[in-house]
Amino acid sequence: MNKKYDIVVVGAGPAGSTAARFAAQSGASVLLLEKDREIGIPVRCAEGVGEKGLETVVKIKPHWIAQEVSGVTLVSPSEDRVDIESNEMGYVLNRKIFDYELAQMAATAGANVLTRAYVHGLLFQNGKAGGVRLQHLDSELEVEASIVIGADGIESRVGRWAGLKTKTSMKDMETCAQVTASHIDVDGRYCQFYFSNEKYPGGYLWIFPKGNGLANVGLGISGEYSKHKSPLACLQDFLDARFPHASILTTVAGGVPCSPTLEQIVGDGLMLVGDAAHQANPVSGGGITSGMIAAKIAGQVAGAAIAEGNVSKKRLTEYVNLWNKAEGNKHKVFYKLKKFVYNLSDEELDNAARILLDMPKEKRTLVNIFKSALIKHPSLIVDIIKAFA
Amino acid sequence: METKSMQGISYRRDLCDFCGTCVAVCPHDAIELSENDLQITEKCTQCMNCVYICPVRALEGSDE
Ligand SMILES: Cc1cc2nc3c(=O)[nH]c(=O)nc-3n(C[C@H](O)[C@H](O)[C@H](O)COP(=O)(O)OP(=O)(O)OC[C@H]3O[C@@H](n4cnc5c(N)ncnc54)[C@H](O)[C@@H]3O)c2cc1C
Ligand code: SF4
Ligand code: SF4
Repeated sequence: MNKKYDIVVVGAGPAGSTAARFAAQSGASVLLLEKDREIGIPVRCAEGVGEKGLETVVKIKPHWIAQEVSGVTLVSPSEDRVDIESNEMGYVLNRKIFDYELAQMAATAGANVLTRAYVHGLLFQNGKAGGVRLQHLDSELEVEASIVIGADGIESRVGRWAGLKTKTSMKDMETCAQVTASHIDVDGRYCQFYFSNEKYPGGYLWIFPKGNGLANVGLGISGEYSKHKSPLACLQDFLDARFPHASILTTVAGGVPCSPTLEQIVGDGLMLVGDAAHQANPVSGGGITSGMIAAKIAGQVAGAAIAEGNVSKKRLTEYVNLWNKAEGNKHKVFYKLKKFVYNLSDEELDNAARILLDMPKEKRTLVNIFKSALIKHPSLIVDIIKAFA
Repeated sequence: METKSMQGISYRRDLCDFCGTCVAVCPHDAIELSENDLQITEKCTQCMNCVYICPVRALEGSDE
């Protein structure tokens, strides 16, 4: 490892590895740092992705996929089940393998990758981010860089160190617990979502099948409500009632910031991507693909900025503009939608499910669901049409 | 059971999953998280955000 790189990326999740890959491809010298001992572990994720978005960033390999799914099942508070076919293929990934190979792809593209490398501060040069301080195993190191990309996930501190406002509000933080368990007897063609304002306020419970009776079962609730009961306790209740014979192979905790993208995600010599920038879809909490879409843009812009010798905030703002055009503007609308969806009472959710069940299956698309649900909220419809037209 | 008390908050390392959710909601950047330990520094104002957000209840307000 050298002491000086064009670009240092902090965090080797899907966003960090993708940013490093595209930056390295543009010819910049890149160092990718990960604090954990192994890339891909632990997996704090239900691992669900759609094909279309992901294919724009990486060619999907069959061995990354645990289970193909063709749609979703929405389960209402009184347990009406509505199957909805999706217009694209969905996958439940094996993120252990996926994350690992994304980092490997960054290395193949020319990035230098290092694990057990805990970044604990920034170096500053003339008031701008100029590198990182890190602990690698038992040694303290300093690495200079023209651009630091913070891809350090939910616990992100790179932005804070640079003076950006990165705090997540309690209400926008989905606090989650998940198990990967066997003997979960569900239809492998659908990812299931359980909604109930009473049981899962500001969030939902999910069952994502991984094949052979294996599934990720988890739930997230808004931090506004977790004071009263922890997500892990809620999940335990569900498993005891529903799958008393399940074998729990993995238990994880985690959080997803479900807000629009942070106001500031670039500074002089500094960029944030992925969960660190709050780029997950505010309704679903899905952040793998959107973080990677942002990271591709960020890596390319960073590479071009290095080539031009201009890493100013102004130059790097190109990333912000391209991100907003790609997904960021949609996320603002999703955020409004989230407030609407999570304000529905259990009775209203039950009614919505019944309306859907009365529709012929081929008409049950997400667009139609929103159309029927939003009739009472014309201003939201206008926002949605604007965002997707 | 392994409990340590910092700034009036007790921390159960044996329950903690090192997920970082508490770090993200701390208004004062008072939480230092590594791969296997957590410290609460004197920047803490006992707002209790971390206690209420922790998915596994590894943090508890000592006065509760
Ligand atoms: C329970 C749960 C279920 C989810 N389910 C889904 C789903 O089904 N589909 C989906 O699309 N999204 C899902 N998400 C969201 C998704 O997991 C995240 O959006 C995604 O992982 C973000 O990728 P990232 O690269 O930004 O961050 P991460 O994957 O979190 O990677 C950040 C990396 O940075 C490292 N790091 C942090 N700090 C430092 C430091 N100081 N020094 C060095 N390294 C550091 C971390 O160790 C980590 O490896 C889920 C999230 C949770 C919590
Ligand atoms: S939120 Fe809880 S489990 Fe996660 S790191 Fe903080 S104390 Fe540990
Ligand atoms: S109590 Fe509040 S200020 Fe103190 S560590 Fe927790 S979140 Fe931070």
